[in-house]
Amino acid sequence: MDKFQSREGLVVPLDRANVDTDAIIPKQFLKSIERTGFGPNLFDELRYLDHGEPGMDNSKRPLNPDFVLNQPRYRGAQVLLARENFGCGSSREHAPWALLQYGFTTVIAPSFAEIFYNNSLKNGLVLISLDAKIIDRLFKEIDATPGYRLVVDLEQQSVTTPGGDSLKFDIDPFRKHCILNGLDDIGLTLQHADKIKAFEAGHRQHQPWLFN
Amino acid sequence: MAAQTLYDKLWQSHLVHEEKDGTALIYIDRHLVHEVTSAQAYEGLKLAKRKQWRVESVIATADHNTPTRNWDKGIEGITDLVSRLQIETLDKNIKAFGAKAYFPFLDKRQGIVHVIGPEQGATLPGMTVVCGDSHTSTHGAFAALAFGIGTSEVEHVLATQCMVMKKSKNMQIVVDGALGEGITAKDIILAIIGKIGTAGGTGYAIEFAGSAIRGLSMEGRMTLCNMAIEAGARTGMVAVDDKTINYVKGRPFAPVGDLWSQAVVYWRTLTSDTGAAFDKVVTLKAGDIQPQVSWGTSPQMVTTVDGKVPDPAQETDPVQRERIERALKYMDLKPNTPIKEILLDKIFIGACTNSRIEDLRAAAQVVKGKRIAPNIKLALVVPGSGLVKSQAEQEGLDKIFTEAGFEWREPGCSMCLGMNEDQLSPGERCASTSNRNFEGRQGAGGRTHLVSPAMAAAAAIAGHFVDVRNFN
Ligand code: SF4
Repeated sequence: MDKFQSREGLVVPLDRANVDTDAIIPKQFLKSIERTGFGPNLFDELRYLDHGEPGMDNSKRPLNPDFVLNQPRYRGAQVLLARENFGCGSSREHAPWALLQYGFTTVIAPSFAEIFYNNSLKNGLVLISLDAKIIDRLFKEIDATPGYRLVVDLEQQSVTTPGGDSLKFDIDPFRKHCILNGLDDIGLTLQHADKIKAFEAGHRQHQPWLFN
Repeated sequence: MAAQTLYDKLWQSHLVHEEKDGTALIYIDRHLVHEVTSAQAYEGLKLAKRKQWRVESVIATADHNTPTRNWDKGIEGITDLVSRLQIETLDKNIKAFGAKAYFPFLDKRQGIVHVIGPEQGATLPGMTVVCGDSHTSTHGAFAALAFGIGTSEVEHVLATQCMVMKKSKNMQIVVDGALGEGITAKDIILAIIGKIGTAGGTGYAIEFAGSAIRGLSMEGRMTLCNMAIEAGARTGMVAVDDKTINYVKGRPFAPVGDLWSQAVVYWRTLTSDTGAAFDKVVTLKAGDIQPQVSWGTSPQMVTTVDGKVPDPAQETDPVQRERIERALKYMDLKPNTPIKEILLDKIFIGACTNSRIEDLRAAAQVVKGKRIAPNIKLALVVPGSGLVKSQAEQEGLDKIFTEAGFEWREPGCSMCLGMNEDQLSPGERCASTSNRNFEGRQGAGGRTHLVSPAMAAAAAIAGHFVDVRNFN
């Protein structure tokens, strides 16, 4: 996992609520046994006019000009803005992989589905919840301002608008620490290996049938 | 000690370590593994040269991507090479890393991971259960604490036997009273989601309680907990009672002898104490619940079979209005269309929501001696496991279905997510017993209506939705 530094990025507005993981990365791309290569198929059904399958040359496929990611003014965006309950649906980690591999570093929405939230933070994709009213305002500002960029500062837990407004956000301190330092979760947990072993021994005594 | 909820008890009994900020390590008893979300996790273990913490906690099967036909051709029958590689990769990984049990593709006991866990007695009351699949909440029907997890978490559990998480808030959903004739667990959970919304349970662990829930069979409770995730809650559960214990008894991995008696004493404690505090309580009257049909592209877009497709013009909130409009456009439905006038192309009876023996019996009872309507291009029955399939065949259910024009297939996830060849074509409309009606879920451009098995079966015969309560 890469360390997350304070970043400035172009924002693309995806004006939808309940963006589900099937929309983020359709199931046919889940057949891969790799961790990479999902970026070109992010939002596949919305992004292309034809039906995508693994192994296609995506550069030759017809793009849907109406889909916001394909509009020239949002090319190269690193920040995705969406409506509430972003990432609902399945547990597929391919969803944050696809977002990251497309080039997104941050998603901003009023709320996120829980499994998606965990999966994203584990991969260093920063998810920021802001009040729905503020999100609404951001959608309007983006619409009115070509080249609209936000500065995302994880350390300070703030998002700064081009107008200089600093919007604070909450994030779990443990997760923040891991993302800022690019820490490996498993390594951290294994520092508690003795505690896990001790717990396991007690658990075996209390519920021996679980160890049968 | 203060009165505890069932969730409090399950959490407490698996707490290994807790940081000051509440970040906790929770010990995992059972890890269910399947082919689609595990390859990258095993790869990660290999790359980091890490060992598996407790091989005996793992039960594995191939289900998401397996075909439901041509099993006689063996692995060669899988013509999609990418799918085949994924299934073979699971074989290799289980061989290299080990498991307590593995039910590979073509095994008689293979099936949907959430069907075979309980069926094998690999899911026991009081356990923590995880799986790289969001519908792991199903196992909560056994008063287990069960979570769907992502691939990094799969790797984390393989390596450490723990999950890093924070405690959720407690929500109780109480359904009291007697259910009307023909009303099933599926109708209850769809009605709940219709009421609280797909994000209503976010941040909560849900316990389903009340006399109507007590009255459900274990199969019904699994259907209910299966869809807790569609209400936004990562976990849903039902307290232990006689039904729970009777269901578990005698299953292959259930304890026996003294251990059994000891376990039962403990399992009996797995209920919320009287007076335990819930952060949120939602109540429904069982008698009010009607047969449910989803009309939109989210499980909360649901109404009763007597209802109509909503009219966005009646919606005052502009955001909601736009959502309804978008869903109706995708679903190709006109406002105010009576649900019963919606014509269908395909029928799918299956998925971890509704593919257990009781579900198949309910559907078979409706179709017995009848034929599917001429407009139905395909009606599929996909049992949840090889054992469900053979049980159904012993009871002659397969004949009832095939004589009515249904196809009787091999077990697996099948058209629930359409990773294999069982899919909707663009524009096709399906009555489905699965749990998700998202855009493209059952195939790009496909349109899904979520219903109970009996409702799907009746729709197959009529060619459109009908009220199963007065259908014969
Ligand atoms: S049947 Fe559907 S919901 Fe259930 S495990 Fe399979 S894909 Fe997931």
